[in-house]
Amino acid sequence: MPARVSLFVTCIVDQLFPEVGLAAADVLERIGYTVDFPEKQTCCGQPAFNTGYRDEAREVACHCLEVLAGADYVVVPSGSCASMITHHYDELFARDPARLEAVRRLKPRVWEFSKFLLEVAGVEDVGARYDGVVTFHDSCHGLRELGIKEGPRRLLGRVQGLTLREMDIPEECCGFGGTFSVKFPSISGGMSRTKIESIVKTGADAVVGVDASCLLQLRGALSRDGLPIRALHLAQVLAAH
Amino acid sequence: MEMSTAPHAQFRETLADSGLQDAIYSATGRLMEKRLATIRPDVLPDYQELRERAGALKKLAIENLDYYLEQFESNVEARGGRVVWCRDAGEAAEFLVKLAREKDARLLTKVKSMTTEEIGLNEHLQQHGLEAVESDLGEFIVQLARSRPYHIVAPALNLTRYDVADLFTRTLGVERETVPENQTKIARRVLREKFLAADIGISGANFLVADSGAVVLVTNEGNGRMCTTLPRVHVAVAGIEKLIPRAQDLAVFLKLLGRSATGQPLTVYTSFLAGPRRANEADGPGEFYVLLLDNGRSRLLADREKRQSLYCIRCGACLNHCPVYRKIGGHNYPWVYSGPIGTVISPQFLGIAHDPWLPFASSLCGACAEVCPVKIDLPKLILELRGEVVKAQSREGASRLERLGFRVWSWLMRRPKLYELAGMMGSLVLSGSGDGKWLRGVPFPLSAGPLKAWTSVRDLPPLPSRSFRQMWRTRQAGSR
Repeated sequence: MPARVSLFVTCIVDQLFPEVGLAAADVLERIGYTVDFPEKQTCCGQPAFNTGYRDEAREVACHCLEVLAGADYVVVPSGSCASMITHHYDELFARDPARLEAVRRLKPRVWEFSKFLLEVAGVEDVGARYDGVVTFHDSCHGLRELGIKEGPRRLLGRVQGLTLREMDIPEECCGFGGTFSVKFPSISGGMSRTKIESIVKTGADAVVGVDASCLLQLRGALSRDGLPIRALHLAQVLAAH
Repeated sequence: MEMSTAPHAQFRETLADSGLQDAIYSATGRLMEKRLATIRPDVLPDYQELRERAGALKKLAIENLDYYLEQFESNVEARGGRVVWCRDAGEAAEFLVKLAREKDARLLTKVKSMTTEEIGLNEHLQQHGLEAVESDLGEFIVQLARSRPYHIVAPALNLTRYDVADLFTRTLGVERETVPENQTKIARRVLREKFLAADIGISGANFLVADSGAVVLVTNEGNGRMCTTLPRVHVAVAGIEKLIPRAQDLAVFLKLLGRSATGQPLTVYTSFLAGPRRANEADGPGEFYVLLLDNGRSRLLADREKRQSLYCIRCGACLNHCPVYRKIGGHNYPWVYSGPIGTVISPQFLGIAHDPWLPFASSLCGACAEVCPVKIDLPKLILELRGEVVKAQSREGASRLERLGFRVWSWLMRRPKLYELAGMMGSLVLSGSGDGKWLRGVPFPLSAGPLKAWTSVRDLPPLPSRSFRQMWRTRQAGSR
């Protein structure tokens, strides 16, 4: 009986980039896991939490806790949403002992996609092939809250045909920042241009990341500027063969 | 959803000024690089331990501030100095004006100090016919330009040497000089006379040492020593949060401050000033005052979580590493303190109603917390302040639409079937032209609010005809 993982695809992937969720499922199945998708899942609550609407965030987080309660492993193709559960639910439920207990039980089972591959599955080579030059964007919450830095690079390093070329500022924010992107569009847009300049300099034909939200921002700006550079989730690259 | 009270037009103006953008980006970039070069594991292997220690020491000082303040006061007085307690800007200015009258002083020279900027000291003094001259080169330039500091550590960061050349010609009547070294010589000539003629020297304080009653100043230009030893009287103006418990703690703080601020293992000068000139000493002021300023700080102390804002040692590293500061620069922030630390302390000092947009002007990337030498959890504090703004605004009935939006969102997110249905409806409206091309704009009535803001600078992906959950059902049905 192979181990079972539950995908928490995030609302952005569900609604905007379903191909990322499918790619993550493909990779996990390829390395021997049984993948399920708890159908009642929606969002982790981060949009409200980061905009100061704690009550609304808590309501949605309660729902998320219930939906994921029965999972052995929860794999999330997003550093930011995984970190919302593992690093911010505590604070959200600080005054709710029962739910805090549920958070404590859930936390160790929640894994960001690349960390799951490396630290739980112990797999570095997933048998992928991608012919092209890519550059890797470090997503802020993945990098600074979950310590995701070398992992995705190790995974990319084992992809046949792939060349990884680093940016001069891989760790600089893409400018998304959730509602920041629409509350301060000019600043957010400016930040994405700084990042894009650095992406273009690498000569890569795709920028790869572990958060669909950063890719939404980067791809949106690349598209507006007429630049033919793709923005791909790590799962999409690892699913390719 | 653009926040109505934020100065968006000013942001756009700063963003469109390519010369200014280059100046900000390259200056902060240089400071970032220099910092990184001095904290590398091979040159400072215990950097992270030092940060831990510094944060813990600041916590100790702030949690026991009453004790350390009194200890500091008695040690200053034991050395023949005087501590003056000031509740606010008015009291600080009043004391200095009175002191100047008593001493028949006209001219005051100043060492760079954000605290005196905070209370607008120069303007206060000027109103009473006193001349206060800034002697730090950057501050000297800022004062000539009648501007305010652009950066906590590098006040004239936004000006190029050509700007400075024009400014010197206009205000000092000198020939146009664009070589920085020669510009420094011009400033030096002007300032030398001021140093010799000054009656009172005013400084800030980087640290106040409780167990020795010393004011510690770190400077690079020598102006600090001129201001604190030549005039008859030295007044150090410092916020009460500058206290550290013991002189030996400086071993931790001095290692971090220069590195974090300017990428220097130590600044050129580190001055330990304790009391006036003693009988056997050749120079130093005859009178020594430390003006301890509250100006709202004790209010911050009351908040268990947010009081960590008072740990700040004003190194400016969070500004240099902040992608938002690097876009909008220092003058688009509402107060003298800019960047992430300004975002966190301004609402607490001025009240959150003053600039309710400020805590939202952050992508929460966390670069600031990563570089803070005293480990202030800046993103966490920004989030807390956002929560406070939302609460305050709902009491006042402001941001009704946004609140309604999040109410509906929360309701929908707890009803997966309706959430799915809403997604399907969305994909009908925002399906694009079917060729996968991203959208430059959105149709009415969506062409307002967040989607309008989004598409003002970026394209929007067409919503796929089927969501992940729908595709998943097909996939599972097929595999069975």
